[in-house]
Amino acid sequence: MSDYICIVLYMVSCVLFIMGIKKLGKADTARKGNLYSSIGMLIAVVSVLISQDVIDGGLVSYLLIILAIAGGSVVGFIWSKKVEMTGMPQLVALFNGFGGLSSMLVAISQYIAGVTEDSFTALTLGLTILIGAVAFTGSLIAWGKLAGLKIFKKNFTIPGKNIINACILGVAVLGIIFLCISPDGGLGVAGVIITTLSSLVLGVTMVITIGGGDMPVIISFLNALSGLAAAFAGFPIGNTVLIVSGCLVGASGVILTLIMCKAMNKTFAALLFKTAKKKASTAEGEHKEPKAMSVEDAFLILEAAKSVVFIPGYGMAVAQAQHAVKELCDVLEENGCEVNFAIHPVAGRMPGHMNVLLAEANVPYEQLKTADEMNPQMPNTDIAIVIGANDVVNPAAINDESSPLYGMPIVNAFEARTVFVLKRGQGTGFSGIENPLFTMDNTVMIYGDAKQTVSQLVVEFEND
Amino acid sequence: MEITTDTIMLLIFVFIIAAYLGVELISKVPSQLHTPLMSGTNAISGITIVGAIAATAINSSGNHVLGLIIGTIAIFFATINVIGGYFVTDRMLAMFKKKEAPKK
Repeated sequence: MSDYICIVLYMVSCVLFIMGIKKLGKADTARKGNLYSSIGMLIAVVSVLISQDVIDGGLVSYLLIILAIAGGSVVGFIWSKKVEMTGMPQLVALFNGFGGLSSMLVAISQYIAGVTEDSFTALTLGLTILIGAVAFTGSLIAWGKLAGLKIFKKNFTIPGKNIINACILGVAVLGIIFLCISPDGGLGVAGVIITTLSSLVLGVTMVITIGGGDMPVIISFLNALSGLAAAFAGFPIGNTVLIVSGCLVGASGVILTLIMCKAMNKTFAALLFKTAKKKASTAEGEHKEPKAMSVEDAFLILEAAKSVVFIPGYGMAVAQAQHAVKELCDVLEENGCEVNFAIHPVAGRMPGHMNVLLAEANVPYEQLKTADEMNPQMPNTDIAIVIGANDVVNPAAINDESSPLYGMPIVNAFEARTVFVLKRGQGTGFSGIENPLFTMDNTVMIYGDAKQTVSQLVVEFEND
Repeated sequence: MEITTDTIMLLIFVFIIAAYLGVELISKVPSQLHTPLMSGTNAISGITIVGAIAATAINSSGNHVLGLIIGTIAIFFATINVIGGYFVTDRMLAMFKKKEAPKK
């Protein structure tokens, strides 16, 4: 009887997930969408707790389940409240890794429980382990790279990595085949172990060679994988809510990944399989020195400006400059200047990263424009202020066919009458590519910590 | 647990429809919502907690101690994913405000 109630409740939570994802896709309903999907999750958890399987499990398992949920809730809650907004991308990566790990462990414990009697459930169980494990270790590597852990600072290259990865994948698949041939025999046990170990390694070797600049896309992809792993984990126990919601995440994650790739003008295959090129063309022909300018001089130009566009990048996040930028934005507006923000789809380490940061600093949503919206207005803009962005304003993407960035849509900062580039020091961006913007005639560099520079500008305005 | 071929076919059917639905839901999402969307769907992928709870209970009734332990660990990590994921997403989205009457 309780299983029928369960199915009805699962249905309700599936509908809530679908409504939640739909609402998450629109700015004004997004928060409500997240609430809907969390209610769906609550209903799903409550209904599995009253399902026949769990009732049959007895008191001990109830106790363990409640303890584990309580522990996980406390850790998850504290983590989500303590994290700095700038550290958001790596936290999402870490949470995603935990989801993958969990799916992998679910499959292993399902195997121990002996739910695999036929080849089909054995196949889905094997796939859960494979995908879950890759999502787990892959996300951990992505987390390490985004958090800037020392060991991930240098670029890893694995010679012939595609062949090596293919071999590891082959071993993992072989393990699954063992498992399918003998779901409940010794060969099956060996299969589970082989698949688990090789998949854990595969997650590492696959992600470690990919550059930090491409991590947003990889996290989105790994997110899709962990959803898929959850979906496959639903097959052996015939659980529909797992299959539906896992698959929803899997499919939407893949689409999101492709959208991001498009914004960076890369194909997903190239990102995954090609080894990042070393800095190809350095110092060719005349090498102009960028012009530097003091904050005081910059202020004089800024004071006369009628329209200003901010172009933020990851450097703004690192310098925690978003609040100072908002202050500057306020004094500029008081000065009768029109202020906008041009946000490149992949500025920062995650799409929308800059929007989140600027929203945190109370910059109104309406002022955050996309690159497509702002580019036509660029030639009429007095000053473009580039804060810690580099590759997303690199004109080589438009006019230098030899550049690895060629073809990527950029914010056309170089078309503004004057361009201020706030930068920590001389050097290339995350991709390690020279930026001709810095040496253009209408560009001036203001070196130093972005937050300090912006604060000094605000002070100049207030003293005026 | 007995799963018949009919059930398997039905589950695959559900799987395919859900995949199609996921694709339809996502196309046409403004880029500033990509991070919250990724984070929000990531929380949903913590649905594996349901599988973890079921697996733990099945192991308990079958007296498989190892399975019970692994299942419990799985619940723990899935819960972090779920709870952390929803709260982080909510924190992000709470920041997208409309322009209010300027303070001061």
